[in-house]
Amino acid sequence: MHRTLPLLALAALLGGCVTLPEPWVKPYERERLSDPIMQFSRHGSIDRHREHIHTVREGARGATGVQGGGCGCN
Amino acid sequence: MLRRSIATLLLASTTAGAAVQALQPAPDFTLQRAEGGNLRLVEQRGQVVLINFWASWCGPCRVEMPHLNRLHDKYKAGGFTVLGVNIDDDPRHGAATATRWGLRFPVLLDASKAVTKTYDLGAMPSTVLVDRDGRIRYLHRGYREGLEAEYERQIRELVKE
Amino acid sequence: MPRLQRLRVHLRERWRALLSTALAGTAAPCMNPAQAATLPDDRAEATYHLYDGGGVQASGPALLVRKSLGDRVALSAQYYVDAVSNASIDVVTYASPFKEKRIATDFGADWLVGNTTLSLAYNRSEEPDYIAEGVGLDVATEVYGGMTTVSLGFTRARDLVGQKLTQGWIDRALHWQYRAGITQILSPRWLVSLNAEAVADEGFLGSPYRAARVFGAAVPERNPRTRSSRAVKLRSINDTSALVPRSSFRAEYRYYWDNWDVKAHTTEFGVAKHLGTRFMVEGLVRHYSQSKALFYSDDAQAETVFVSRNRQLSTFSTTAVGAKLTATWPGATPGTELRVTGSLERKQFRFRDFTDLRSNRPYAYDANVVQVVVSGSF
Repeated sequence: MHRTLPLLALAALLGGCVTLPEPWVKPYERERLSDPIMQFSRHGSIDRHREHIHTVREGARGATGVQGGGCGCN
Repeated sequence: MLRRSIATLLLASTTAGAAVQALQPAPDFTLQRAEGGNLRLVEQRGQVVLINFWASWCGPCRVEMPHLNRLHDKYKAGGFTVLGVNIDDDPRHGAATATRWGLRFPVLLDASKAVTKTYDLGAMPSTVLVDRDGRIRYLHRGYREGLEAEYERQIRELVKE
Repeated sequence: MPRLQRLRVHLRERWRALLSTALAGTAAPCMNPAQAATLPDDRAEATYHLYDGGGVQASGPALLVRKSLGDRVALSAQYYVDAVSNASIDVVTYASPFKEKRIATDFGADWLVGNTTLSLAYNRSEEPDYIAEGVGLDVATEVYGGMTTVSLGFTRARDLVGQKLTQGWIDRALHWQYRAGITQILSPRWLVSLNAEAVADEGFLGSPYRAARVFGAAVPERNPRTRSSRAVKLRSINDTSALVPRSSFRAEYRYYWDNWDVKAHTTEFGVAKHLGTRFMVEGLVRHYSQSKALFYSDDAQAETVFVSRNRQLSTFSTTAVGAKLTATWPGATPGTELRVTGSLERKQFRFRDFTDLRSNRPYAYDANVVQVVVSGSF
């Protein structure tokens, strides 16, 4: 069991890849995506401050895509 | 035996990735130089060639450049050259970036990405080392700190042939 | 060699042999041997932030430093000050305006392993009557030829709640946050992202200063001591250079729900455009609407186990319009730059079932948010 398990895991991983199409955006086609204009968040500190205001002033929280702790401040 | 049969099964099932492989002749190409004129790969036979695919928007490419500059200067006397293939959509921006980064080796412009597609190694930057007979000997995908030492070791080996 | 060690060597060799045969000369689409992920640039940043609305003014500086050690590890530290002048509706209705200072510090460490980034974060926020501390771990990995980024994160936080005029801490609260996200490149000009987060809270989840209203009389609020919430957000960003040169369009939607019966919808649209070689201008609109918590009441007409008049739990909506301008100056060496950003946002809060006791009409207020950031990358 311990001999075949790593082989099975690898087979499953690569076997699963057969069903996925080949990645259709090649690394050399990523020019537009590397432009800062195509980032969801360009200014970490501004976005964190905004999310802090939202968490304090509104009832909803989470799934902001901004990593950071809450202050829970009252 | 089990291992070998699984291996062959996996090999058969993985779709073809890179377009080029080691020990095959390097596909020929002719590209326009940033400084003007054309350059053909086949004409470089007799020299060891390091083809580096780069772009102005690629961070690791920028970090790699000083090392390629240094290697070009150090080994060009022994019959070695670096060819930097720029793949910016705007070739003028690619040429301007080459000047700004102070590249001392020939910079070729492949805005249509035809050559890049032929050599497609699935990473940016990509480096291909071609020996004096025009055969591909080493492939490198991406750049990480310390890779330049490996480049140097492989260049020395190919230059000595 | 002992048996266990022999087994380990045996397994390792078979693993390596299988991997090398499978990868020899090919780049399997699902296993990208090249390292595509990189750490963000080193940076030093100074920010001025201001929130002014509804009688509350919170402003102050923030400093951030980020430094990498080699090309695999990066450390960051942030120091943030909020000088708060609070004359909000709760405060003026039931108490008197006050000033206080909140200091927040963040420490982070990022570690790059192959195509995976591990981030460890510690944050601490301190006010005279409230301390919040949290530790978080985030893992993000690039798969599928670098087209997909999968991320998972967890944060555990602990709050100490105090009350002015009372010695020591009166209570505490614990928080658990679980995050998962997937970002997918759909085309050379289109990126989408799906994020989900579950938050669980336990302990004192209200404010010792806030009163609820039952039969017209002010009573201390009674909140549940647990809260469990979920949020799902979908975002998309598109390169719209075909319509407007060097521009992009962003759309986001988040749905939030929790076991206090609060449901919220957040929608945001943003546009960004390069102007010349130096400037970038951005605009955004955001609309947020929520429905009230189960036990929220502007003026409760029955005695219930839980009762709250926290306007943050009422039925309200807020609309915001914002604009940002960024100027970038490249530095002497490639990769260095100086960036100055100014951001202005105007928010409108409209409450449906929270009355302004000064005018006896549904409460509403406008707020301005200003940020100025000076950032140097090196």
